Amino acid sequence: MTDGDTVDVLRISGLTLDLGGARILGGVDLALQPGRIHGLAGESGSGKTMTGLATLGLLPPGARTGGRIELEGTDLLTLTPRQLAVLRGRSVSMVFQDPSTSLHPMLSIGHQLTDHLRHHLKLNRKAAKERAVDLLTQVRIPNPREALGRYPHQFSGGMRQRIAIAIALACEPKVLIADEPTTALDVTVQAGVLRLLRGLCDDLGLAVLLVTHDLGVMSAIADEVSVMRHGLVVETGPRGRVLTEPQHEYTRQLLDALPGRSTV
Amino acid sequence: MSPRWAPSKGTGGKGAGVEGGEGAGSGDGDRLVTARPLPGRRRLLARHPLARFLLRRTATAILLALGVTLVTFVLTNLVPGDPAAANLGQRAIGDPAIVAQFRHHYGLDKPLPVQYVTYLGNLLHGDLGESQQSHQSVLTDLSTAVPATLELAGAAIVVSLIVGVAFGVVAALHRDRLTDQLLRVISLLGVSVPTFWLALLAFYIFFYRLGWAPGSGRLDPGMTAPPHVTGLYTVDAALAGQWPVFWSAVGHLALPALVLTAYTVGLLTRFTRSAVLEVLNQDYVRAARAKGLPARTVLFQYVLRAALVPVITVAGLAFGALLSGTVLVESIFAWPGLGAYAYRSATTLDLPAVMGVGLVVGLVYLTVNLAVDVLYGVIDPRVRVQ
Ligand SMILES: Nc1ncnc2c1ncn2[C@@H]1O[C@H](COP(=O)(O)OP(=O)(O)OP(=O)(O)O)[C@@H](O)[C@H]1O
Ligand SMILES: [Mg+2]
Repeated sequence: MTDGDTVDVLRISGLTLDLGGARILGGVDLALQPGRIHGLAGESGSGKTMTGLATLGLLPPGARTGGRIELEGTDLLTLTPRQLAVLRGRSVSMVFQDPSTSLHPMLSIGHQLTDHLRHHLKLNRKAAKERAVDLLTQVRIPNPREALGRYPHQFSGGMRQRIAIAIALACEPKVLIADEPTTALDVTVQAGVLRLLRGLCDDLGLAVLLVTHDLGVMSAIADEVSVMRHGLVVETGPRGRVLTEPQHEYTRQLLDALPGRSTV
Repeated sequence: MSPRWAPSKGTGGKGAGVEGGEGAGSGDGDRLVTARPLPGRRRLLARHPLARFLLRRTATAILLALGVTLVTFVLTNLVPGDPAAANLGQRAIGDPAIVAQFRHHYGLDKPLPVQYVTYLGNLLHGDLGESQQSHQSVLTDLSTAVPATLELAGAAIVVSLIVGVAFGVVAALHRDRLTDQLLRVISLLGVSVPTFWLALLAFYIFFYRLGWAPGSGRLDPGMTAPPHVTGLYTVDAALAGQWPVFWSAVGHLALPALVLTAYTVGLLTRFTRSAVLEVLNQDYVRAARAKGLPARTVLFQYVLRAALVPVITVAGLAFGALLSGTVLVESIFAWPGLGAYAYRSATTLDLPAVMGVGLVVGLVYLTVNLAVDVLYGVIDPRVRVQ
């Protein structure tokens, strides 16, 4: 799918996934463009997280996949683990749901912010540290230099998620998969993190896949919206259209379920 | 490579990253949890949480050490038995004047609290009394027995840690596969085989049958101990450059130490395996993989660091148990250590010696606990604050 003058940086087509004899994904189609946020909604268990993990090649052992996941033309599903490891964290990275568990509690922020930088970009200690300070500034952590020596428990939930985002952005990925990045956060903090994502997406030309249960979040910042159900994308399109004139019955139900809103 | 990421350049200066730049960062309730400025000295200490943590733990350990002396003292005074009877000859016991004078001389006619203070004072001078068995001061006896056991238990715990942690990690990484099942059987055997039986078996096979082991004691007959520095013969011999003595000491140490490792290896394998399995399931491990870090880095820096915390506790307990529980192995291999000494003192009612052993064992447990706590603080930053 080509949208105006932008091309798809990541294109998932007909992605299937079988795990332990059960079909988890039944042919998922998704496309991400640089500088755009693609919202992915859908009920619990519909396969949103699995789609993200498949893109990173981090599926649980025993998973069988079919279809294609193309990153700028390269099909990730055909790569060897070694080739995938080169792209992971560098071209495609991920932010997880709960920042209180996705940061290592015993490693300093500086350590976790620089180890993959040094590995992927072969930066020396000093250059990596400078880069880390820039990143923390970018995600608006106060006193970034000092923060490098601190540990996750010394930050609030919202700050931790900002740090997790900084880690994901460190190697300048083209694609960021954010799996419910605000679900575990305080409502008061959610908006800030979402605005941050929106800004980074605009400034860095990042393609973002934003997984969320929350259609409210979706309508606030997504450009495109897809809705998944039972391992299939049942509806996809520009935010305005999907949220105002849903084609699919299931999308309509989701919209109706939003508090303070009947079908628009 | 062009630095695609050169931050906030060309996209609108400082406020880059946030659409509309209306102070998104500050309006969302984020804040640093720590880093409140503290006045004066407290601030200096707060700057070094690790130092503060170590100080606090050491102070606690000293208090506990006092507790150990109190317990030893009270327990010894609870033992039915009259020190006068134990120390005076048959005839002297019959003479009340002599008994009274004996009691007065050793302060036994004073109230117990006063006696405790006297006992503490003596302890501070290193005076633990005189063993009726060896007719030496208990301190002298302990200064050879304790290093002998330390050497044995230390060798056993070092080998156990290396082997047990390696086994546990390998088992966890091969969960439910053949390697895992094999290692689980081995560790089960290790924890269930009685140590004294294993000691007898090992002694029989490697000494009587094969003649590989050099027999009992710490050195070959006719060899003199190396100059006393640490009391550990292997270390002292190496320090003095006496290599024949060193190899003899190693040879004598090997078999009893290996016998002692069986249980600890089994224990540490099981604990390491379950700890690693638990950590492998953590989000931060998945996140580390998502960063594209090599598997080796993820294992050593992310998984092991967290998994070792429970393992250290168990290793500390196991080491304490080794130090105070080597009685049978020491008897079988005629190892002149604390276990053998404790056994001899207890069976001959040598009270000063028994008190000395109790004190040493208590202090050893304290030290091991302190070491474990300190390691915790070093490994896990969350422990330092609380
Ligand atoms: N390790 C696993 N082994 C087998 N099945 C799994 C595993 N993990 C998840 N599943 C199944 O895969 C399906 C999709 O799960 P997934 O986590 O992608 O859903 P989701 O859309 O992210 O849901 P949620 O909104 O709750 O996060 C679910 O039916 C789940 O039961
Ligand atoms: Mg999910």
